Amino acid sequence: MTATAERKPAGGRKIAPRVDMPCQPAKERIRNFEEVALGYTQQMATEEAKRCLQCKNPKCVKGCPVEVPIRDFIGQLAKGDLEGAYRTIKSTNSLPGVCGRVCPQENQCEGACVLNAKGQPVAIGRLERYVADTYMALDACEHLSAKLTCPAVDPELRVACIGSGPASLTVAGYLSSRGIKVTVFEALHEVGGVLVYGIPEFRLPKSAIVEKEVQALRTQEVDFVTNWVGGRTFSVEDLFAEGYRAVFIGVGAGLPRFLGIPGENLTGVFSANEYLTRVNLGRAYAFPDYDTPVYQGRDVTVYGGGNVAMDAARTALRLGAESVRIVYRRTRDELPARHEELEHAEEEGVILELLANPVAFHGDEAGRLTGVTLQRMRLGEPDASGRRSPVPVEGDTYELPTDLAVIAVGTRPNPILLEATPQLKLSRRGYIEVDEETGETSMPNVFAGGDIVTGAATVILAMGAGRRAAKEIRRRLQGGA
Amino acid sequence: MPCKILEKERLIPGQTSKLVIDAPHIAKKAQPGNFVILRVCEKGERIPLTIADADPERGTITIVYLVMGKSTALLETLDAGDSILDLCGPLGKPTHIEKAGTVICVGGGTGIAAMHHIAKGHHKAGNHVVAVIGARSKDLLLFYDELSSFCPEVLVSTDDGSFGHKGLVTDLLRQRLETDKSVSEVVAVGPVPMMAAVAKTTEPFGVKTTVSLNSIMVDGIGMCGACRVSVGGETRFACVDGPEFDGHKVDFNELRQRLAAFKPQEKASYDHHCKCTCAGEK
Ligand SMILES: Cc1cc2nc3c(=O)[nH]c(=O)nc-3n(C[C@H](O)[C@H](O)[C@H](O)COP(=O)(O)OP(=O)(O)OC[C@H]3O[C@@H](n4cnc5c(N)ncnc54)[C@H](O)[C@@H]3O)c2cc1C
Ligand SMILES: Cc1cc2nc3c(=O)[nH]c(=O)nc-3n(C[C@H](O)[C@H](O)[C@H](O)COP(=O)(O)OP(=O)(O)OC[C@H]3O[C@@H](n4cnc5c(N)ncnc54)[C@H](O)[C@@H]3O)c2cc1C
Ligand code: SF4
Ligand code: FES
Repeated sequence: MTATAERKPAGGRKIAPRVDMPCQPAKERIRNFEEVALGYTQQMATEEAKRCLQCKNPKCVKGCPVEVPIRDFIGQLAKGDLEGAYRTIKSTNSLPGVCGRVCPQENQCEGACVLNAKGQPVAIGRLERYVADTYMALDACEHLSAKLTCPAVDPELRVACIGSGPASLTVAGYLSSRGIKVTVFEALHEVGGVLVYGIPEFRLPKSAIVEKEVQALRTQEVDFVTNWVGGRTFSVEDLFAEGYRAVFIGVGAGLPRFLGIPGENLTGVFSANEYLTRVNLGRAYAFPDYDTPVYQGRDVTVYGGGNVAMDAARTALRLGAESVRIVYRRTRDELPARHEELEHAEEEGVILELLANPVAFHGDEAGRLTGVTLQRMRLGEPDASGRRSPVPVEGDTYELPTDLAVIAVGTRPNPILLEATPQLKLSRRGYIEVDEETGETSMPNVFAGGDIVTGAATVILAMGAGRRAAKEIRRRLQGGA
Repeated sequence: MPCKILEKERLIPGQTSKLVIDAPHIAKKAQPGNFVILRVCEKGERIPLTIADADPERGTITIVYLVMGKSTALLETLDAGDSILDLCGPLGKPTHIEKAGTVICVGGGTGIAAMHHIAKGHHKAGNHVVAVIGARSKDLLLFYDELSSFCPEVLVSTDDGSFGHKGLVTDLLRQRLETDKSVSEVVAVGPVPMMAAVAKTTEPFGVKTTVSLNSIMVDGIGMCGACRVSVGGETRFACVDGPEFDGHKVDFNELRQRLAAFKPQEKASYDHHCKCTCAGEK
């Protein structure tokens, strides 16, 4: 990167190093499910905010999928205007407490920050998190104070969201604060999508963060109906017949992929979705106080290299595994997980089994997993996209003992709603096709966004899609720009 | 949204009960072969139970369960007037029903109740339904009267001979298949060994055989793969691709092994429950 700071720090002084965020010590945290990163103190946040150069043409904002006015909120924070900072973030991002924690900032805002050229970028994610947490803690009611400026909700202008992940929550927030009545239908018994059943408590506390955001929506008269399955309990047509004027589909891409190798149905082999759902949604970490059980593994292997794999591996450690290995086909440099998660995982003792690919699982007489055969890989020549794809090293396989295998190699679109709604035009990969500008599907007044459109992506992209669709829905229902 | 229990009938005291639940939204859509996932209380596990009957006019569904462990024991503590915290459905693909002639519906144990809805569906489609049901003894036989009310034939077997044929349902099934060439399909719902035996019995006759698989489930909407079963060498998810599959292609051995995955935890959970309830807590 050749970018130079547009405003040199006074006196050409060297830029201070990035302020570290305190964490629970690795030794302690692998024994609990409490949040790993503890967040900045006021002093730390102010110090970090002051590192920002307040660029005239802020690159960070361009790196943000929803264009949070990053420079402005950091400027407000540096001056001690917490409320202003919060409102600035909220103007384009409805879930700052979540995004500050889970966005891959190194590829987005922080990756684009001009300070990269001089060392470390501003810790934008940590500041966002600080603003959201502090603001919500200061005044839980004020958090909802959008109310004061909110028009009354018009019970006739009804919109339904199917699924309650970040895409739908964004739609609900945007429309309800503009006087439109939103009802969110969720198939599971809890609201929040992957934020609740996928991302673990130690990374995103459910009651402290997700539940608060949902509560805020409730006071904006958003109704949440759980245990209602689109395509089974009701159809998209039913919603229109009941008087909903528009429907937003945000059902995610939840169907887990497996590896398609021998032994995959042995007991002890789980999809990451099952493993994490048992622990997060079912609170299996508190078994037997909670009833949902989780399989106990001593030598755990996790397959994949994304955030999901990291979450599964770190969960297994916390549940008492003796060894946890992440088996990944490429090298450390290609691991797609957030950097912070990878660092935290390694600090906690997760072992990376790189350049290895599973070829078969083995079990005992009772059908229980006992081991895995791995194929050694190497990186081949770069392909058309410039990515070096892994190729097997002929004849080089080895065995690892493992009694719990968690497969985190991606997901596919969930068929339930799609099969029940054949009018929806799908892409070649089976996801819902939408108009890029409006998010509208091939069915009039039916919109879609998030993972069900893009395939497994990120929280912020799902929110961006929700916002685009919500804008169009509002325009249609209320007219104007 | 909690759903209220309108009626409870203890079919086999302490073992099997029938609940009629107020759930108009599910009753409206429920078809034979569908199931629900329910959670009794805040700390409870999600468990699947078949919709044994549905009355869209009254807005009710009926479930029949066998007390197996913690969750069903908790369910058993509820009475008419109490509510079930979470009830989600109807789930699964409905039974494929078409007018085909004679259909034999085989049920074992609690599976008889689950089979009842399917038998009713075949009857309504104009098929000649032969119900073949079995239990250990007469007192443990479920849904005999309900089935008799619409099935032209209800054949019974008991292990001890206290009612009907002494022996297994598969004996009755084989006899029938040997003499009756008009049978177009056999449907079986019950314990895994029974379904496996039914599939083995019908195979030489080349009669289409449908079994309803009870694999372990978590979400019931295709998101976890806990329920995966091997059918014809392919992995299928029982909750979205099933629960009914071609009995001649199912790997019953794998299903049996997978059902035992959590045995130690289930015991711990049940013991914990007993300790708590005995100590007066709930
Ligand atoms: C373990 C894990 C870790 C992750 N970590 C990160 C991270 O660190 N950073 C990041 O940016 N992203 C992360 N992601 C990805 C991110 O969570 C998703 O991209 C995002 O949640 C997608 O949002 P969504 O609104 O499209 O759907 P989802 O969050 O998937 O929510 C969809 C909801 O719809 C419900 N639903 C499905 N079908 C139906 C139906 N028929 N009727 C009614 N409801 C239905 C589902 O139950 C679910 O609650 C992670 C994902 C996982 C699984
Ligand atoms: C589609 C389907 C329909 C079913 N219909 C009926 C029915 O109509 N009546 C009935 O009595 N039973 C039915 N079952 C089985 C029922 O779900 C289990 O008996 C119940 O979950 C046991 O829970 P528990 O806590 O009482 O017992 P546990 O002690 O937890 O388990 C006892 C046994 O039940 C099975 N089981 C445990 N947890 C689950 C789970 N989450 N999902 C599925 N099976 C599990 C296992 O084989 C286990 O060994 C059905 C199962 C499926 C998949
Ligand atoms: S965060 Fe970085 S890119 Fe953004 S305004 Fe501050 S210094 Fe400039
Ligand atoms: S129960 Fe989770 S996919 Fe079937």
